[in-house]
Amino acid sequence: MTVAVHKPHPHDSAPLHVSGKARYTDDIPAPAGTLHLAFGLSPAARGRIRRLDLAPVRAAEGVVAVLGADDLPRPVDLSPAHAGDEPLLATGTVHYLGQPLFLVVATSHLAARRAARLAGIDIAGEKPVLTIDDAIAAGTDLEPPLEWRKGDAEAAIAAAPHRVRGRIEVGGQEHFYLEGHAALALPLEDGGMEIHASTQHPTEIQHKVAEALGLPMSWVRVSVRRMGGGFGGKESQGSALAVACAIAAWKTGRPCRMRYDRDDDMIITGKRHEIRIDYEAGFDADGRLLGVRFAHFLRCGWSTDLSLPVADRAMLHADNAYHLPHVTIRSRRLRTNTQSNTAFRGFGGPQGMMGIERVIQHVAATLGKDPLEVRRVNLYRPMAAVAAGEAAQTTPYGQPVEDSIIDALVDRLAREARYAERRAAIARWNAGSPVIKRGIALTPVKFGISFTLTHLNQAGALVHLYQDGSIRINHGGTEMGQGLNMKVAQVAAEAFSVPVEAVRITTTDTARVPNTSATAASSGSDLNGMAVKAACETIRARLTRFLAERHQCPEEVVRFSEGRVHVGTNVLTLAEAARAAHEARISLSSTGFYATPKIHWDRTRGQGRPFFYFAYGAAVSEVAIDPLTGETRILRVDVLHDVGRSLNPAIDIGQIEGGFVQGAGWLTMEELAWDERGRLLTHAPSTYKIPVASDRPRIFNVALWDGENREPTIYRSKAVGEPPFMLAISVHQAIAEAVAAAAGVPFVALDAPATPERIALAVRNARAGENAP
Amino acid sequence: MTRPLRFLLNGSPVSLAEAPAQRTLLDWLREERRLTGTKEGCNEGDCGACTVMISDPQPEGGHRWQVRNACILLLPMLHGRAVRTVEGLGEGGAFHPVQEELVRHHGSQCGFCTPGIAVALAAAHADGRRDFDTALAGNLCRCTGYASIIRAAEAAAEAPAPGWVKEDLARLDDLAAPGPLTGPGWIAHDDVDAFAAWYRDHPEARLVAGATDVGLWVTKKLMDITPVAFLHRLKRLKRVEVTTTHITFGALAPIEALRVRLAEDAPQLGAFLSRFGSEQVRAAGTVGGNIANASPIGDSLPLLIALGATLRLRRSETRREMPLEDFFLDYGVQDRKSGEFVEAVTLPRPRAAEGRLVRAWKISKRRDQDISAVAGAFDFVIANGTVSTARIAFGGMAATPRRARATEAALVGRPWTEATIRAAGEALAEDFTPISDMRASARYRMEAARGLLERLWHESRGTGPIEIDRVLEEAAR
Ligand SMILES: Cc1cc2nc3c(=O)[nH]c(=O)nc-3n(C[C@H](O)[C@H](O)[C@H](O)COP(=O)(O)OP(=O)(O)OC[C@H]3O[C@@H](n4cnc5c(N)ncnc54)[C@H](O)[C@@H]3O)c2cc1C
Ligand code: FES
Ligand code: FES
Repeated sequence: MTVAVHKPHPHDSAPLHVSGKARYTDDIPAPAGTLHLAFGLSPAARGRIRRLDLAPVRAAEGVVAVLGADDLPRPVDLSPAHAGDEPLLATGTVHYLGQPLFLVVATSHLAARRAARLAGIDIAGEKPVLTIDDAIAAGTDLEPPLEWRKGDAEAAIAAAPHRVRGRIEVGGQEHFYLEGHAALALPLEDGGMEIHASTQHPTEIQHKVAEALGLPMSWVRVSVRRMGGGFGGKESQGSALAVACAIAAWKTGRPCRMRYDRDDDMIITGKRHEIRIDYEAGFDADGRLLGVRFAHFLRCGWSTDLSLPVADRAMLHADNAYHLPHVTIRSRRLRTNTQSNTAFRGFGGPQGMMGIERVIQHVAATLGKDPLEVRRVNLYRPMAAVAAGEAAQTTPYGQPVEDSIIDALVDRLAREARYAERRAAIARWNAGSPVIKRGIALTPVKFGISFTLTHLNQAGALVHLYQDGSIRINHGGTEMGQGLNMKVAQVAAEAFSVPVEAVRITTTDTARVPNTSATAASSGSDLNGMAVKAACETIRARLTRFLAERHQCPEEVVRFSEGRVHVGTNVLTLAEAARAAHEARISLSSTGFYATPKIHWDRTRGQGRPFFYFAYGAAVSEVAIDPLTGETRILRVDVLHDVGRSLNPAIDIGQIEGGFVQGAGWLTMEELAWDERGRLLTHAPSTYKIPVASDRPRIFNVALWDGENREPTIYRSKAVGEPPFMLAISVHQAIAEAVAAAAGVPFVALDAPATPERIALAVRNARAGENAP
Repeated sequence: MTRPLRFLLNGSPVSLAEAPAQRTLLDWLREERRLTGTKEGCNEGDCGACTVMISDPQPEGGHRWQVRNACILLLPMLHGRAVRTVEGLGEGGAFHPVQEELVRHHGSQCGFCTPGIAVALAAAHADGRRDFDTALAGNLCRCTGYASIIRAAEAAAEAPAPGWVKEDLARLDDLAAPGPLTGPGWIAHDDVDAFAAWYRDHPEARLVAGATDVGLWVTKKLMDITPVAFLHRLKRLKRVEVTTTHITFGALAPIEALRVRLAEDAPQLGAFLSRFGSEQVRAAGTVGGNIANASPIGDSLPLLIALGATLRLRRSETRREMPLEDFFLDYGVQDRKSGEFVEAVTLPRPRAAEGRLVRAWKISKRRDQDISAVAGAFDFVIANGTVSTARIAFGGMAATPRRARATEAALVGRPWTEATIRAAGEALAEDFTPISDMRASARYRMEAARGLLERLWHESRGTGPIEIDRVLEEAAR
């Protein structure tokens, strides 16, 4: 019996959230005299700065200082990849419309925003590279194309009895974390700097601020209590604000704070990568894939940022949950004069999966089969078969899939959601419905857990046990709504067998836990939970040794259970044990550390074991479309998802529901648009639409797979942040089924997002015999 | 300022000697009061993170609560009202039931949307409502997927409301004395005649009704809107008057009043108007503001035009009337003279009658709180299988909201058949040459407009489910 883990504790901050007491970066009370910052932005997407007249900005009301690139103490490269291509302020040339050109420091947020619009800017414009086609034509690859091969796909396709080829284009996605980027810098008496930032990566902010000011990292302290959402958008792109605040604070000697107005946030920061996937597949009469070729083209935006690992992860998920005996995946990472695309929940994985799911749909239509049948014959062989001695099938990158439960999971979901019956009923309903058509689809997810940059798979923690038995934990992960702090507190409570309320959760702080990785790749509780557990176990071991000695008994009889410390027949409270240990001069504080075992990875060859394990899941979605106008509604969704042995089922279900709806938004209504000058047209929630309450599936059944992680993760749980996002691919597939039904054709090549426009025109084009929407 | 601006904030009286015209309630709360529970998520009325409850004086007397976006609510608009922010939802140290249930049902993740959601749900709770999707149409949450929030709302529905819900409203009558109120660069009359005379003499003043358009000029364009006259206190212009044949909406009638009143005569029009903005926007935005703003995608406009509305303009004591469609001359150009303001709009009641088919539909990327790609409104009479009258108006198809006269001509006198509908669809191309923008391409706009004509045809025959939302409701049952 556990006391704290595997239980549905509410989010630790929930009472603060609902009462408005929870403090976000811009809510932190700042000292009087705090200054406010805003960036002046480039009005052109590409070109040379001929003239930048900042005099009117300086003259504006409330302005204290204006800094151009030349006014910075030293050149600043914000690139998380250390690529040297991301200056804080543009130097000489501009690379996208919205790029920060100068920094205004003023007495109020409003004064700074007003003044930032007053510069005289003259840019000798060049024709911007905006689209994937532009970039292919211009050859603006960030690095040479990457190609991974398994077997001989070309020969397998050529020899296959059936073949399909095609293309799918999938748009990007704005994070739309409800809290925009924000930072606050407080200059210290000795030249050091204290930063509060809304960031998933405090250590990187610390590093960039130190670099910008020429300080050792130890002189910069970054803390994050919570973010109002991150989703990857605050992994690298918050550096600009924090560094700007630090520089302005250093220049003026006054505290400086900055928040992006929403439109600025959307215009300045990067988004999910848009992708084009060309595919070719050879298959047999059962739909078994014999050979597959993918060519990925990703729109990366103006700088490297995290695009290379994002594009890698798209390749790493090109198989999704299917065994591909022969496969070639080629990937081009294209620089464009747009916002620098970045991490976003799934980190390229969702884009990669869209390719293979399209292939399956295309294959099924070609053979006249239910796509689920084709999915089933291609799923990875089960863990049980591997355990029984069958050789594990390998991914395109050579990792054996030893933990697959996807076949059983899909079977159970199909049965419980009555997929087959409903599919038949929908076909009948469609035949009798003059206008509205329905569609249903089941899609699986297999998502690899670990950072592909192996060294990031480490975490540290610092745990204090106080003499009254209360516990304070510090770890390197950041809280952005995913419930990480609660999960980690549960782990600590479990270690001492105390109620979770006895554990105090604190601000993430680089001064307490150093050299942290970003809270990303769904790894937060896997890594930090383990590090905290290690720290707790160190303290517990000291207590055990001490108590065994004091009571003259073997260490084995000292047990922490049911909220008490048992020493043989003696029962102590944790407070009593802690006080006694303290009086005996035993340290009650410890660090903890964890590094994920087993993983190794060679990205250029595309070989290795990049992932510690896989998380699985599947969803059935049913939709309706109105072919006259292209409007859609999600009628029902059933999810069965694998989180191993859940640390906190309530938090996990929240991640699944939220991830699903966010994924559905990506594939249906969330559409980014730029004009021919490179101006982002959808730069506010008035024009960029994320799902609202009425868009959620009205019938939304979410169940957790009853199993445990095969690998020894924290209490045998599995990561949950990203994988459920991709369950929403079922929505897109169901829409494509409905579109095909409306057009009276077996298959329609539907791109994403499937907006009303795209759906309406796809139906019309398919009816007219053109199968390209 | 001769008199201070007075209102109740979370039950405590506030008196401000100086209230700049463009100071938003959101900034004031956060910066001056350090009430940082109310969040800024967009600063343009679209995300709901800044949602507050405010009391709304009713034209027939008394006050009612409504939800508003504090980011586009300008301080002078608060005079005589009660404001409740998230910090003021609970009572006596206890949470409001919706707060309690949001915690219990895991309704918050990052928590940034949560204060706004709690306020929106508290407002719905105060009215005993359970249409939570509608109540939350103006509140974005990027984390939860909403399911847990709806579960929380359901769970709180039966719990008793805190006492302030009634008590605040009973304390308002003495708060604001009648008479004009002024501040730096602004004036707020409470008498229409006095305002009319003042505006004749100050035609350069900008008028602000609900500020759902003007608010964005302040927060996004950073425009100085002074000199400005606030109209929200002109209670007489909030009235809705109904006769056996006609309805007259005063210019200050909120869009919500338009929705409620038209839904009584024609429920489908209520459904159409429930997609105008969100609860917050419909409470703030006015009929007169939608008309005067004259956007080609103003949603009430095609509807009012199709229904044959008459617009009444007023300058001082002079009034003139015109068919609403004649008011919109070109993009950004209206037939409104200096010193003239929109006083009212009158329309024949859209009641069901033998052969009458009144429908309006909006097409947008998202169902709720989105701007129309196309909005179409239809008022047809089909007699003996023939179209005897057809009034059609579209928004989003031209530089102004407009009648589709060639299409109407292709219908009137013709048999009500699929072939006629097809021909009418072709005629749409004579009426409109739509543009492409980030909301829709020209081709799609035209196809979708044709789709609406076709939908009307199917609808009239009553065969099978035609409206996708009905399919959704049935499936959810
Ligand atoms: C989040 C959001 C969503 C929205 N969604 C929609 C939507 O779905 N559909 C839609 O049509 N609109 C929408 N709008 C726009 C807006 O709500 C409407 O146009 C509304 O009707 C404007 O009314 P108002 O009273 O707020 O106007 P204000 O902003 O106060 O004024 C708008 C203009 O009208 C003038 N004006 C106001 N009243 C008068 C009068 N009596 N006489 C003369 N001039 C006057 C003002 O001077 C100003 O030029 C939305 C706005 C927001 C912020
Ligand atoms: S801040 Fe988004 S609606 Fe006000
Ligand atoms: S909980 Fe994060 S936006 Fe709603």
